[in-house]
Amino acid sequence: MISQLSWKIGGQQGEGVESTDRIFSTALNRLGYYLYGYRHFSSRIKGGHTNNKIRISTKPMRAISDDLDILVAFDQETIDLNAYELRTGGVVVADAKFNPTLPEGIDARLFPVPITSIAEDLGTSLMKNMVASGASWALLGLPLEVFNKAVEEEFGRKGPAIVEKNVEAVKRGADFVLELAGGPLEDFRLEEADGKQKLFTIGNENIGLGCVAAGARLMAAYPITPASEIMEYLIKKLPKFGGTVVQTEDEIAAVTMAIGANYAGVRTLTASAGPGLALMMEAIGLAGMTETPLVIVDTQRGGPSTGLPTKQEQSDLNAMVYGTHGEIPKVVIAPASIEDCFYDTIEAFNVAEQYQVPVIIMTDLQLSLGKQSCEALDYDQIKIERGKLVKDAPPLEDNKLFKRYEFTEDGISPRVLPGEKYGLHHVTGVEHDQEGRPSENSVNRLKMMDKRLNKLNNLYIRDGLRIDAPHETPDLLIVGMGSTGGTIDEARLRLEKDGLSTNHITVRQIHPFPTEQLTPYLEKAKQVLVIENNATAQLASQIKMHAGYGEKIRNLLKYDGNPFLPSDVYKACKELN
Amino acid sequence: MATFKDFRNNVKPNWCPGCGDFSIQAAIQRAAANVGLEPESLAVISGIGCSGRISGYINAYGLHGIHGRALPIAQGVKLANRELTVIASGGDGDGFAIGMGHTVHAIRRNLDITYIVMDNQIYGLTKGQTSPRSAEGFKTKSTPEGSIESTLSPLEIAMSAGATFVAQSFSSDLKQLTSLIEAGLNHKGFSLINVFSPCVTFNKVNTYDWFKENIVNLEQFPDYDSSNRVAAMNKIMETNGLLTGLIYQNKERKPYEELVSGFRPEGLANQDIQLSREDFEKLVAEFK
Ligand SMILES: Cc1ncc(C[n+]2csc(CCOP(=O)(O)OP(=O)(O)O)c2C)c(N)n1
Ligand code: SF4
Ligand SMILES: [Mg+2]
Repeated sequence: MISQLSWKIGGQQGEGVESTDRIFSTALNRLGYYLYGYRHFSSRIKGGHTNNKIRISTKPMRAISDDLDILVAFDQETIDLNAYELRTGGVVVADAKFNPTLPEGIDARLFPVPITSIAEDLGTSLMKNMVASGASWALLGLPLEVFNKAVEEEFGRKGPAIVEKNVEAVKRGADFVLELAGGPLEDFRLEEADGKQKLFTIGNENIGLGCVAAGARLMAAYPITPASEIMEYLIKKLPKFGGTVVQTEDEIAAVTMAIGANYAGVRTLTASAGPGLALMMEAIGLAGMTETPLVIVDTQRGGPSTGLPTKQEQSDLNAMVYGTHGEIPKVVIAPASIEDCFYDTIEAFNVAEQYQVPVIIMTDLQLSLGKQSCEALDYDQIKIERGKLVKDAPPLEDNKLFKRYEFTEDGISPRVLPGEKYGLHHVTGVEHDQEGRPSENSVNRLKMMDKRLNKLNNLYIRDGLRIDAPHETPDLLIVGMGSTGGTIDEARLRLEKDGLSTNHITVRQIHPFPTEQLTPYLEKAKQVLVIENNATAQLASQIKMHAGYGEKIRNLLKYDGNPFLPSDVYKACKELN
Repeated sequence: MATFKDFRNNVKPNWCPGCGDFSIQAAIQRAAANVGLEPESLAVISGIGCSGRISGYINAYGLHGIHGRALPIAQGVKLANRELTVIASGGDGDGFAIGMGHTVHAIRRNLDITYIVMDNQIYGLTKGQTSPRSAEGFKTKSTPEGSIESTLSPLEIAMSAGATFVAQSFSSDLKQLTSLIEAGLNHKGFSLINVFSPCVTFNKVNTYDWFKENIVNLEQFPDYDSSNRVAAMNKIMETNGLLTGLIYQNKERKPYEELVSGFRPEGLANQDIQLSREDFEKLVAEFK
């Protein structure tokens, strides 16, 4: 019996790769397995090789595996491109239609199944996905009833005849492959899972849910990979809560519309990727200067320019931290797990209102789009904190305006919303006095700058650093961010077996940088390895700039468009020691 | 009930003496009072330029944003609280150069906002460069030999973008301007009011006298039907855009707010945002 396994389905974009994966993993999820998915796709909608890979495990496992156990191929190209990943003794289930062959030197079992012709026999080649997933399921020796339940759920709306056809497709795929293989593969028998169905979702949807929970009721956005799922989720959900999503003409409109809506009192977000973030920069400065709460999600993808729009990267850190002209307070939060995507979104809205600043939620493509198991989300942790928002302000002295930018001890001023009877004030991106009126007075200027820039002095979000430090003085401290945590932890297990002691810190509060909290761990580590998906070591630069320890810090960088594999991390750590 | 004086504040505008923008400020204040607004129920969102300062000179909620983005900000405000009356305002550069994309799409979207453009055919604040509204051959600091680009017709663009309210006025004609702003405020949907507002400092061609000589008032055409889209377009072309009055109004089309699925009549900002446990559980269950 094995406790984990990797499965991949590949073919041409648009021929059912996604749906095969969806139905197969939904059924696995019903059995209680932990799943972690990775989508390899390109910007084309039809045509071009695409594949989805999932990790199936009895324990939480949040990394793509180094190798592959089962490859399901809709075409020869899938085999040619992916066979090298197969472990010795792996399996290829391929459509018999194209007379599949294995490349030379690949030691795997090949099961040609007439996927297309079974589907066509049943009426439509669209059912290829059922045949393929049914065959995969049967090879693993998993209970067919559970799979059929999943099929029923997927097609129930379309009526019993459709369900029946699909169930039949599954059965024929299963029967055919079992005949070829002589029964389920004994070496691929998974230990039983806990039977508890997990949440199975993507980061973008958890962000969407986090928005609804946080009380966000408006979103303004312009579509872009890999952010669009957030708006697509919210346009389905917000109307029920009185809100809506506006697809704007560009990201400048999106962010400024969000600023207007936040100014008027509705928690509003925008979401984009690097190209859109670049367009938002001037407006982010306006939010900072006018102390207007604002939440922006940046789902990072391969840059620069259009770069690798459907590939993994973490290269917008500098843009998020330094972007916009002049100097403003700003927060950058980097969720590091699927659950974080939910909780951090709520926190982002709270921080934005409590500190009256723009907050950027930084994800990366793998975290935003990789479908994976998610722990139960806790309703009781949803807290809406609106900071110094004043309702029913008392009357003001004659001709006086509300001191929207009043100097206070913590630099945060009371805020009223338009519509408030005694709250009139002015808001401008021009330097202004306490009532918001333009002012070039240099004494006022200094006080206002200091007020704004010192607001975040004491900010430390929930798990600003996620610390896993079992060793007092580890051989190695590994530091990462975003989606890389699971990969790093998997490599650490192997390193521990080799006798190398490691601590792992995930930086979740990217800006303002949590220097004080990180320093003791840097101090005690013999060496530090900073792991990030970019070419210029942007996270490592933050650490060196704020905390020092440059002499101990080494980099592991990957910017070929692919997420790190556990073996990448393992090798890099071994090479250091 | 508020009077126009309640919309005055004690801030002295930094416009040059004689600038057309003064009358526009006065007209907004009068119109606001005439349609029965209270200062706290009005939000004036403006862009950057000499004209953009307007939001600071009216006693109401005001936001002076960034160059060219008054409209998306204003739309955000309106979406967040449809109980507010929202006026967006700015210069011809603000709305028809850097912000042109937003202007067209705000027109298409048709949220209930009144957009007042203070059109002086030049960039005032940056001290006299050409604008999309400058005439061909117009000499400015950035076009020393005269502008060689065609003049943009915001009225025609608005019409073709599906505008539901298009008007034009002249800042000297306080009476007409005030009544057009009132009509814009009363219109349910997006209203564009382009106002010729002479820049006495940098535009020595399109002066008060020049406008008096060249513009025609639609009142001269008693048969003019402002609900006829074709007639409106023809009139704009016939007069080369130098006309004033209510050019077009479509009272049939509903504003955006009324078309958004699930949108309630009370301002979103005033609604409860707490998610119930039951709704939360339902949403989470979809991830299973
Ligand atoms: C992004 C950006 N680019 C340029 C400027 C400089 N700028 C300020 S106002 C303005 C144009 C002003 O012309 P207009 O909008 O017609 O207003 P007016 O001053 O004539 O009322 C320019 C170019 C700016 N503030 N922001
Ligand atoms: S420069 Fe022109 S537009 Fe600006 S205030 Fe002076 S007259 Fe008015
Ligand atoms: Mg101008």
